[in-house]
Amino acid sequence: MALNGKTPPGPLTDKWTKYRSTVPLVAPNNKRRIDIIVVGSGLAGAAAAATFGELGYNVKCFTFHDSPRRAHSIAAQGGINAAKNYRNDGDSVYRLFYDTIKGGDYRARESNVYRLAEVSTNIIDQAVAQGVPFAREYGGLLDNRSFGGVQVSRTFYARGQTGQQLLIGAYQSLSRQISLGTVQQYNRHEMLDLVMVDGKARGIIARNLLTGELERHAAHAVVLATGGYGNVFYLSTNAMMCNVTAAWRSVRRGALMANPCFTQIHPTCIPVSGDYQSKLTLMSESLRNDGRVWVPKKQEDAAAIRAGKKTGRDIAEDDRDYFLERRYPAFGNLVPRDVASRAAKVACDEGLGVAPTGLAVFMDFSAAIDRYGKSKASTMGNHHPDAATVRDLGEKVVKEKYGNLFAMYEKITGEDPYKMPMKIYPAVHYTMGGLWVDYNLETNISGLFAAGECNFSDHGANRLGASALMQGLADGYFVLPYTIGNFLANEIRTPKIDANSPEFIKAEADTKTRIDQLMSIKGKQSVESFHRRLGKIMWEKCGMARNAEGLTLARQQIRELRDEFYQDVFVPGSATGEYNPELEKALRVADFLEMGELMVVDALSRKESCGGHFREEYQTEEGEALRDDANYAYVAAWEYNGWDTDPVLHKEELVFENVELKSRSYK
Amino acid sequence: MENMRLKLKVWRQPKPNSKGQFVEYQLDNVSEHMSFLEMLDVLNENLVSKREDPVAFEHDCREGICGTCSMVINGHPHGPQSGTTTCQLHMRHFNDGDTITVEPFRATAFPVVKDLVVERAAFDRIIQAGGYISVNTGQARDANSLPVSKEASSASFDAAACIGCGACVAACPNASAMLFVSAKVSHLALLPQGKVEAQRRALNMVKQMDLEGFGNCSNVTACEAECPKEISVNNIARLNREYISASFSYEEKEDKGGGAG
Ligand SMILES: Cc1cc2nc3c(=O)[nH]c(=O)nc-3n(C[C@H](O)[C@H](O)[C@H](O)COP(=O)(O)OP(=O)(O)OC[C@H]3O[C@@H](n4cnc5c(N)ncnc54)[C@H](O)[C@@H]3O)c2cc1C
Ligand code: SF4
Ligand code: FES
Repeated sequence: MALNGKTPPGPLTDKWTKYRSTVPLVAPNNKRRIDIIVVGSGLAGAAAAATFGELGYNVKCFTFHDSPRRAHSIAAQGGINAAKNYRNDGDSVYRLFYDTIKGGDYRARESNVYRLAEVSTNIIDQAVAQGVPFAREYGGLLDNRSFGGVQVSRTFYARGQTGQQLLIGAYQSLSRQISLGTVQQYNRHEMLDLVMVDGKARGIIARNLLTGELERHAAHAVVLATGGYGNVFYLSTNAMMCNVTAAWRSVRRGALMANPCFTQIHPTCIPVSGDYQSKLTLMSESLRNDGRVWVPKKQEDAAAIRAGKKTGRDIAEDDRDYFLERRYPAFGNLVPRDVASRAAKVACDEGLGVAPTGLAVFMDFSAAIDRYGKSKASTMGNHHPDAATVRDLGEKVVKEKYGNLFAMYEKITGEDPYKMPMKIYPAVHYTMGGLWVDYNLETNISGLFAAGECNFSDHGANRLGASALMQGLADGYFVLPYTIGNFLANEIRTPKIDANSPEFIKAEADTKTRIDQLMSIKGKQSVESFHRRLGKIMWEKCGMARNAEGLTLARQQIRELRDEFYQDVFVPGSATGEYNPELEKALRVADFLEMGELMVVDALSRKESCGGHFREEYQTEEGEALRDDANYAYVAAWEYNGWDTDPVLHKEELVFENVELKSRSYK
Repeated sequence: MENMRLKLKVWRQPKPNSKGQFVEYQLDNVSEHMSFLEMLDVLNENLVSKREDPVAFEHDCREGICGTCSMVINGHPHGPQSGTTTCQLHMRHFNDGDTITVEPFRATAFPVVKDLVVERAAFDRIIQAGGYISVNTGQARDANSLPVSKEASSASFDAAACIGCGACVAACPNASAMLFVSAKVSHLALLPQGKVEAQRRALNMVKQMDLEGFGNCSNVTACEAECPKEISVNNIARLNREYISASFSYEEKEDKGGGAG
């Protein structure tokens, strides 16, 4: 299959402007006759559904949550990037584009990323108009902060709850369209299959989670905005219900899954404390503006800390290794996530970890507290403050900046991070991989679009902080509403799609068979236990570091686990007539068991290291990722044809006309 | 610390219309580092291993931001810790040998779905009635063209921190939704962008709240005490002001204008 990214011709800087003004339009009277299904009402889905509604399309929007406001986007903490250059610190659309391409280790499509940088500024305007209370300065203008992998301050934020405020903004716009009748919202409905008619995506099979009934929904086009699949690892910072089912069921119908092995492991999360653990909690990257990451230099100090005989505060300054500052002087604690995560792993592998499990490093705010305290005292006219005053004032400043994150840390760990350095460790956070899409955000299936984290489009092999919110909202508010016209302009004569056609009946029957099969196994092991075991395999062999031997073994183990699942899983209750969360989980885990294998296959086939994909066989002498641009500067888009045949690789070669491929250095 | 042994009294109700009851479970080996929901996960694993129906409860982010988790623990919505959602509550706040009672949020407008799960769609409908600023995508002007004082934006944020969980309703003897509604009204009315529609918004949201069957506010303020995001009852006072002046000006308009529609 030849993959055509459909990048418009012309210079990079003009592509989008020109394309946008030439893309075919659908006239208002025709829009009213066209139905669009949007699956997902997180940032990407809510933004898209609301905007389609405003434009006059008939929209049906689905979420498995009880309300659109619960989508996982709500949990984003740190901020959202935009090339506003309000700081006058040299930022520009080009710089945001360049940082994103470089941050992604040169594995993203130039044209998409440039467009993202261009529309980033509109997002901030839109959000402010919706009433998003971004942080402001005393002069009343918007405030910014810095995130990893960049040297400008372009991140807009709303305390530590940026995702919440942006999602509420999108949710309110969506609610307005629901009240106007342009959007019909289906809460507690889970998409379990994609329906194709004559090679085009024309609808979905959804399960009403309250009653268990299957429903057929038809439309002229289907948009997936169903989020990422990080929960394939079981433990991650994702919300518990995040899953791959909508995307995976589309892959089962012929959509291609791109770069599935590109996973982001976030360096600063609260470490695992026990085997009952259900999820991991992120400590926002914004903390690395002020937190210094370190481990003891001596193994005996680390051992004493692990045994509870010493604490971080007992280690003298000279006996600490601020390893990010040492290894990457140019970016210090603000290196990109993949680099910071690997460095923490290396430190722990060397026996320098500081939690009882051996898997944690310190993130320390004492220097920041001291610095802020002195500066605050001096603005108050006290030029020789005593240590207690400095500490007190400094803690207040830090509290204002990060109070909610510190409180969250204390609630979970029971330790006071103002007094003791935080303990942190990397955890699965985001999936750069996802459904393959072209410049229109259309998958290889005509009429099927993908937006937000569920597509692969903009972040290459590593996403920069504060760029996912930007991408989700860019896709939903400012890209899809134009690009979908390219498909729909040819559909204005297509009558309403009939949800009673044989294709729909068959897809519903297929889904019912799948559910009945799971219910009838009546084995002995819980769904949860299978998910945990899959997660362990993925984390150990397809996590922060990967090698051919481990990956080969992982593939074998996943296949065995899958067989066991279909022989011995126990799903209680019944499939209809009741609310059955265990069955919901079972369907999701079943899909993770297939997706996990594909991730391993992708990781095996990519014989280079890039971004979040670190193959131990391919590294420099200093332990940095070693890319192979001659052979692997492509998007790996996989076709999946079931358990019995190997997935088929389709390549989209990446063409770099505007940036020069360099080895990524943050030294 | 040694692991704890707990007795749980959990509300079990298989279907919306079936009769519910408390069922007792004994749970050993509860670690103080577990979250309350992880403790329930362990209970459910035990139940599933005995092929019994696990306890249904709602949850998603497990970090206090999505507003999905909802249960009444020992008489308190989200449990006894102030400023804490159920998912953020950790077992270190309980003692070995404790008996813990767990039941769903109770309110006419929040019907039980199963066990500890209730339906809170009424909140969505209240937002749909006016909890937004009427602006289409692409109509916005530059974000910095309208300065907003740090104080106003911060006060707006305090109200916008509401997670829509419904604990305020569960805490209120009248099952009133005033804290939730007032938080949304304040969030938007405190910003210049939202001021324009403030009165209409207040009227329509309150009207919908009444239609949904939430009770009246009689200033008990139990809502503020139980709200995990510490939303202040001052918002209710602001809502009342907005509502009263809106009632006036809207009547006036109707008198003079005559069917502007
Ligand atoms: C803890 C945390 C903090 C983060 N912080 C930041 C940050 O500071 N800045 C940043 O830029 N990014 C951040 N991210 C990443 C960012 O939040 C996500 O990538 C982004 O919000 C994803 O948005 P989305 O709209 O694509 O998907 P989601 O918000 O995950 O929404 C998915 C939607 O799809 C629905 N859905 C899924 N499957 C189905 C189905 N089968 N049927 C029906 N509905 C379905 C869900 O119900 C939901 O409505 C963070 C992520 C985490 C985990
Ligand atoms: S006001 Fe508080 S208790 Fe009520 S819904 Fe909002 S966060 Fe929950
Ligand atoms: S599960 Fe999200 S707030 Fe508790």
